Amino acid sequence: MRNPRSQYNADSLVIMDKNKNLHDFETVIRECVKCGVCQAHCPTYLVGKKEGAVARGKISLAAAILDGEIELDDRLQADFSMCLMCGSCTNKCPNKVPTKEIVGAIRREITKKQGLSLVGRGVSTLLGSPPLMKTLSKGGALLSPLVLKKVPESSGLRLRFPSPLMKDRTVPRIAFRNLFDRIPEYTEGRPAKPVVGFFSGCSITYAYPEIGEHMVGILKAMGYSIYLPRDQRCCGIPALSSGDGKLVEGLAETNVNAFKKREVDYIITACASCNGGIGEYYKTMKNDFSGFTGKVIDFSVFLEQEGLFGQLAEMKKWKQRKRVTYHDPCHLKTQGITRAPREFLKSLPNVEFVEMESADSCCGLGGTFSVYHYDESKTIGSRKVAGLIESEATHIATACPGCIMQLQDIVNHANLPVKAVHILELLAEALAQE
Amino acid sequence: MNNEVIEKLMEIVGKENVSIETADKITHSYDATQEQHLPDAVVYVRSAQEVSQIVKLANQRHIPVLPRGAGSGFTGGTLPTQGGIVLVLSRMDKIIEIDTENLTAEVEPGVVTAVLQRLVEKQGLFYPPDPASKEFSTLGGNVAECAGGPRCVKYGVTKDYILGLEVVTPTGDIIRTGGKTLKNVVGYDLTKLFVGSEGTLGIITQITLKLIPKPAAKKTMLVQFASIDGAAESVSAIIGAKIIPTTLEFLDASTIACIRDKSDIPLSATCQAILIIEVDGDPQVLDAQAEQILSIVTPFNVLDTRIATTDEESEEIWKVRRIVSPSLRQLNPDKFNEDIVVPRSKVPDMIRALEAISQKYKVPIVNFGHAGDGNIHVNVMVDLKEEGMQATVEIVMDAIFKAAVDLRGSISGEHGIGTSKAKYMSMELNRETIKYMQRIKTALDPLNILNPGKIFIEEPPQSV
Repeated sequence: MRNPRSQYNADSLVIMDKNKNLHDFETVIRECVKCGVCQAHCPTYLVGKKEGAVARGKISLAAAILDGEIELDDRLQADFSMCLMCGSCTNKCPNKVPTKEIVGAIRREITKKQGLSLVGRGVSTLLGSPPLMKTLSKGGALLSPLVLKKVPESSGLRLRFPSPLMKDRTVPRIAFRNLFDRIPEYTEGRPAKPVVGFFSGCSITYAYPEIGEHMVGILKAMGYSIYLPRDQRCCGIPALSSGDGKLVEGLAETNVNAFKKREVDYIITACASCNGGIGEYYKTMKNDFSGFTGKVIDFSVFLEQEGLFGQLAEMKKWKQRKRVTYHDPCHLKTQGITRAPREFLKSLPNVEFVEMESADSCCGLGGTFSVYHYDESKTIGSRKVAGLIESEATHIATACPGCIMQLQDIVNHANLPVKAVHILELLAEALAQE
Repeated sequence: MNNEVIEKLMEIVGKENVSIETADKITHSYDATQEQHLPDAVVYVRSAQEVSQIVKLANQRHIPVLPRGAGSGFTGGTLPTQGGIVLVLSRMDKIIEIDTENLTAEVEPGVVTAVLQRLVEKQGLFYPPDPASKEFSTLGGNVAECAGGPRCVKYGVTKDYILGLEVVTPTGDIIRTGGKTLKNVVGYDLTKLFVGSEGTLGIITQITLKLIPKPAAKKTMLVQFASIDGAAESVSAIIGAKIIPTTLEFLDASTIACIRDKSDIPLSATCQAILIIEVDGDPQVLDAQAEQILSIVTPFNVLDTRIATTDEESEEIWKVRRIVSPSLRQLNPDKFNEDIVVPRSKVPDMIRALEAISQKYKVPIVNFGHAGDGNIHVNVMVDLKEEGMQATVEIVMDAIFKAAVDLRGSISGEHGIGTSKAKYMSMELNRETIKYMQRIKTALDPLNILNPGKIFIEEPPQSV
């Protein structure tokens, strides 16, 4: 049934598009050998056991689109919306077929055909406009029409989010003073030490600025000069996830330019999604961004490389340590970054590290996925609960603010006395005692 | 398929579990053979009663029914080659009972093999069959194909762990075979008939499995040899010394060439064969047993030996085996993966025959697999875009299967026949034997409803 020559018509594609289109992925689409390995790792497949949800199914549909056997109709769009773009499938794929990139290309096709979805438009307006984002966040009102009441939770940062789309959702409160109000654009370090860039990302900048402060704090203590450019913008993951290719393009260029104004050796992220966003996704565009993406490094990898863990391990262990387990953010796991964050936790004097079952299973957030598919998102996340209970941890640490938000939601729904934290929060606690 | 049939299907399983959408037909048109055939409808089922009603309806309307689990088979067992209803059992995935007193488990067919294994291992029990697909293939599929795996040299294959089945027959009756006891000789052994029947004789809706105590510990070794004969003689010598390792995996010279620069464990430049040996059991005897194995193999052209002392080191050894499959594509884009089996002592003869075939037809053939039970995974690596390659592949396959049968081996150890090996059946089985099998099929499935066109090349004669 497969045509020897592709029947796919690229008419709908804008000539100037800098994003790769479905046609650009044809070779890798044909490399899927349909072995089925992805079924064991795809969070959305494991929820409904439906072949259309798994990478193999999506790739066969992408091939059928290319072969002109099927139209990208409503039904197909529904199938392609069932993807967290977490990359877990590619991670275990014998031929490394990049399903999340293929899904991204198809979502951009959908957008071109019929414009952005309602949520996509909302995300786009917000992320595309720093002044609006700033204004909204100033009033603590980023999500204000939807916010009703506080959840009694230790930090008081999380709020419920009961919209018709997302009932019972725990979301972080937007900080009154964002990271840029708290940290100067440039912090001078010791002369012998290089300048490092800090890509803070939306979640840290506006919702969890204290994590950003911890990041800057440790870098400063280690002597680095830190550049936190004011005109950096969203990494592009939510836009990518909602199929807004034009916005991803714009964000990519803005971010690359933002870090051009000062020579930096590294661009550090403390958010796994941002790391995947600026470190990986720009590679899927037609421009060469390698000068920028090559500098992107996760904070745990950077700090390990700079010898911090050894120093931490020499600190006197606390008598009363927190029992902490770790959740692998997909955007680190799929890059093979699983060891450094764990070594980080093990080196901390205030932490008793325990491994948990399903540590590497997705939390279920997935860009805009949880907005469209909150029930599935919750079910995916709930797969972590048994392992979490068994671990008897009181804290679940991770390296991504998005995951923290989703994990806290999972924990609240399961009524567990567990707090989701960023590794840097635990580091800050350890150092505060010194 | 007319609307009335679709409506009837919807009445049986609910509207949301029936689809005639092109997208669903496409996503249920393939398996790991990569062939594609569109079904007429896709139905997700939840119970034996639903399966039974669908099969009865299919008999009334003469519509083929194709049971499907994970769709990860290598021989086309779930392909709707004649259209019909693809009946998806993956959502029947309940583990109904784990009986720690009688060491049995009761499961639905959609349970993924490794999911059950992890669960029983937490309770100190063990379900040994371990096909490479265990993380995603279903137990129903494993039973239908009689799946094997590396551990089978010591523990046996799927059929050795099936005590009883609930089956929907090709005419829609629900029957129960075997039971919960190890001993059971009441009537014919129908359980064994269904295991490996590839969905042609019935649809499995519940499985009673035998479990065994989980071995307390294991020990992994990697031995490099200067010749394939050294490796093969070592296998014979180990088993001759009355040691049955859990696994005895080998990689031949062509495989080693693919992974030499990718392996974390340094591989000698003159290494022509690797054995990965794992033993399990009481930790107190394992060290001695590992030493004994290494001293047994020493005389056979050994270049290097390594014993893992930690889980991480064991993992490092298994990684050598795991990087093989992804590395093959560097040779050529298209892989033909067959699973011939020969008597254990004939492995070197078979490898030599494969080398000769590879040279004669100028196609790379990469071989690895389960040396302990003579099951060799033969990978013919070609580029089908080359002119005449499809024809060459067919000749090569023919030669490979003939060589295996000549050594008193078999054309399939664990993948089954399906559509892809049907034409080779007559190499191994005489006409009368095949006819006998077909008579069973015809008697049980007179209208040829269940998985038609599989196993046998000829259509079974229609009954009057």
